[in-house]
Amino acid sequence: MIDRKSRDLSGSRILGTAALGAALLFAAAPVASEPSEADFHAALQALDTKKFQQKAQAIEHLGTLGAPRVLEVLESLAKGRLYVRKDGRIVIAERSGKKYIIQDAISGRPEPEASKKELKKIKVNNRLRRLIRGVTGQLALFSDDPDRRIEAADNLIKNPNPQILPLFRQARDRETDDAVRAKLEVGIAVLELEADDPALRLAATATLAETSDPDIRSLLERRLQTDAEPNLEIRDALNGAIETIDRKLWLFGIAENLLFGISLGSVLLLAAIGLAITFGVMGVINMAHGEMIMLGAYSAFMVQEIFRSVVPPELFGFYLLAALPVAFLVSASMGVLIERGVIRFLYGRPLETLLATWGISLILQQLVRSIFGANNQEVANPEWISGAIEIAGGVTVTLNRLCIILFSLAVVAALAAFIRYSRFGLNMRAVTQNRSMAASMGIRTGQVDALTFALGSGIAGVAGMALSQISNVSPNLGQNFIVDSFMVVVFGGVGSLWGTIVGAFSLGIVNKFLEPVSGAILGKIVVLVFIILFIQMRPRGLFALKGRAAGD
Amino acid sequence: MKTVSKLMAAACLFAGVFAASEGVRADEPIKVGVLHSLSGTMAISETALKDVMEFLISEQNAKGGVLGRKLEAVVVDPASDWPLFAEKARELIEQHEVDVVFGCWTSVSRKSVLPVFEELNGMLFYPVQYEGEESSRNIFYTGAAPNQQAIPAVEYLMSEEGGSVERWVLAGTDYVYPRTTNKILEAFLKAKGVAEEDIMINYTPFGHSDWQTIVSDIKKFASAGKKTAVVSTINGDANVPFYKELGNQGIAAEDIPVVAFSVGEEELAGIDTGPLVGHLAAWNYFMSVESDKNSEVIEKWHEFIGDEDRVFNDPMEAHYIGFQMWVQAVEKAGTTDIDAVRAAMYGQTAPNLTGGTAVMNVNHHLSKPVLIGEIQDDGQFDVVWETDGVVPGDAWSDFIPESAKLMSDWTEPFSCGNCEKPSS
Repeated sequence: MIDRKSRDLSGSRILGTAALGAALLFAAAPVASEPSEADFHAALQALDTKKFQQKAQAIEHLGTLGAPRVLEVLESLAKGRLYVRKDGRIVIAERSGKKYIIQDAISGRPEPEASKKELKKIKVNNRLRRLIRGVTGQLALFSDDPDRRIEAADNLIKNPNPQILPLFRQARDRETDDAVRAKLEVGIAVLELEADDPALRLAATATLAETSDPDIRSLLERRLQTDAEPNLEIRDALNGAIETIDRKLWLFGIAENLLFGISLGSVLLLAAIGLAITFGVMGVINMAHGEMIMLGAYSAFMVQEIFRSVVPPELFGFYLLAALPVAFLVSASMGVLIERGVIRFLYGRPLETLLATWGISLILQQLVRSIFGANNQEVANPEWISGAIEIAGGVTVTLNRLCIILFSLAVVAALAAFIRYSRFGLNMRAVTQNRSMAASMGIRTGQVDALTFALGSGIAGVAGMALSQISNVSPNLGQNFIVDSFMVVVFGGVGSLWGTIVGAFSLGIVNKFLEPVSGAILGKIVVLVFIILFIQMRPRGLFALKGRAAGD
Repeated sequence: MKTVSKLMAAACLFAGVFAASEGVRADEPIKVGVLHSLSGTMAISETALKDVMEFLISEQNAKGGVLGRKLEAVVVDPASDWPLFAEKARELIEQHEVDVVFGCWTSVSRKSVLPVFEELNGMLFYPVQYEGEESSRNIFYTGAAPNQQAIPAVEYLMSEEGGSVERWVLAGTDYVYPRTTNKILEAFLKAKGVAEEDIMINYTPFGHSDWQTIVSDIKKFASAGKKTAVVSTINGDANVPFYKELGNQGIAAEDIPVVAFSVGEEELAGIDTGPLVGHLAAWNYFMSVESDKNSEVIEKWHEFIGDEDRVFNDPMEAHYIGFQMWVQAVEKAGTTDIDAVRAAMYGQTAPNLTGGTAVMNVNHHLSKPVLIGEIQDDGQFDVVWETDGVVPGDAWSDFIPESAKLMSDWTEPFSCGNCEKPSS
């Protein structure tokens, strides 16, 4: 299978050899004999065709030229930046507003700008992109940037091709970076699995047993299943290697679920933490809580738009920091408005509060829909929270999720400290524990109510800002979180911040361990049923407030 | 004599009244119902369809209307609430007495209005790709049936050009369209010799936002050494976090391409498409297709809506074609009477914006070209493959045994949407 794939993917064996030749030329003598400009030009112009098959041939041909500009031209092609000008010449063009900034593909010299009408894009498809990746990947093995070398090695391991074995060996011998060298060793081992010398095959098996990659596991398994391995000793080694990898994968699987669970838990926590105050502390069934989250997300969007138009692009990544106070203030002021305008007349009448806040939630949704439109708004992930970290063996955690985990914990810590140590926190606790006593002590309960509600709403807004990084920013954003939020608060224990934390993380983790077994839908149902049963046994949730403080 | 003259006078009076009432009729506008959600979950997709109907009607009125009468849009908002769709449909036909309705997006909303249209003998144009397995006398399906979207897309991925895919993930939202489409696709794949263990089927709830586990499962599934692709019937809002997770976990289209049937220009508007370049979508129309007709319509659309950034997508083109056919059919029939217009619909043609001609067939489905496009970093699609000619829509899939024997032909003498083919 691998063989077949590599043939499909990298076009042909000839290409492999050709690119190898080119790469070796690079490696040995960086200033290789430059191909004549006419050759390069002819090879390049061959790309100007509608047929993907012919484009593939042109790319293969370009790969054999070995000119330094080839790498740049091919990479531009893969990114869709190669265009044909009206006069038939091929150029590299990059969009900048309405205009395109242009450089000559062969020389790299800048050229006059052009509009979209004067350019025709050279289209690529996935097959061509793979082909280009194969060609450029072999060149990139000798790049100066270790990250690029790792990436190149990874790509070549995914599409093993016996032709590149000498290239790998050569790259390993030159390699100074340990991480890259380890990758290259794996690449060599993958190819040496098919070597003629049994000793080499055995050594390769041992190297591969050290990895924890499901791709390599299935590669080993295929060696066994297809009876490609005649040597009994090596067959045993292969079996052993698969077992070792399986053990590691099993452990990683658990680690992965745990990680995903914590990540889901942090999202639940963020969504629920504002509600833990409005519902948990004040006892207001606030159906408009989700809309506070949505307002926060839209605030982030607005701040982003302002940054886009006003602030220099290099500072754009920091718009989230600026969005934090804005999101808080927008949602908090909306909270005050709702509390003073509606909810304060309805204290002690939970059903009416529920209906009224639900109505408010519909009004807010439609308001946002009328202002911003029904479509999703694009909230970009800043550069510094894009991508993922690979922990080991395919267990990856995406950076935006990691940031949300940390952020949710920071928000909870800040909130807990605020309630515990600030004057307002003290008043708030006093009012919740015993309203009339607090009032007789001179605390203005009405004001405390309004500010508490504002605090809960503001935190929901901050959560919305964070959730805009992983979710849709649309008028329906809040609806997706409202049920989950109530679930967390009720399960964790109404009125207990600590309960909300434990509730959120345990629900997240349970959900993620169930999901692979039962599927996403059944998983959700099971969790809901579990909570219903749990509430039957402990009506006050995990961490119930005790004593007279609990109200009644 | 007196009586005779009295009678004559009365007759004259009657005739006069009649003439007058006829005159009123000719001045009265023809009412066109627009039944698209302007609030709720589906507003994201359906609002644009309401806009496009207003655009088409204003264009037609500028040309002098139909049969010398102006057109008037009657817009109602069913608010993404499926039972409300049925109520609003009834309101359009019974109270507003509209002559035709353009509307619905989700299959469940169509299923909800179908009995109303059949009971009151209305006419609905449904513009969205759907799962097939339905044919109603009162509905014209101007979106794609599975054989005009799902099957060609899978065939493309199986081809060498598409990457010779051998292992398949069918991922969808849990409702009727993905379930039926996946049932058809599964049968199709098995007929093509794909083994059971090379197909993974996964359903998620509406608005699913936590895709970590599923994307990681897809990665594991794809590590079996066979080229893997994801066929996505994930609908609506859930797509954004799904694509974001794919991008973040580093799944490039070159490794595991995702082909989607519900993701168009409008849905991509909320995503940074940089990491998604190369993932695919199958439709009958892409905004990026270069043709004179297409750029002309897009230019007029932008002028009408007053916003250069608004996109034009497949269901909008379906309304464009459906509306044009309806206008022609009314003119051919010389009346807005439902049965006469329906009879005049069969064989109507209208130019596709991407070139070629769409034809309305007797099974109430269109013959249209199928295009496959790859997502670009500007949120548009580049067409990488298209059918040679047009493909006739098939109401009943040939890959589901119970449906394969059914046939739909609403012309006399067959005149049935779900009857068995005559044996001869």
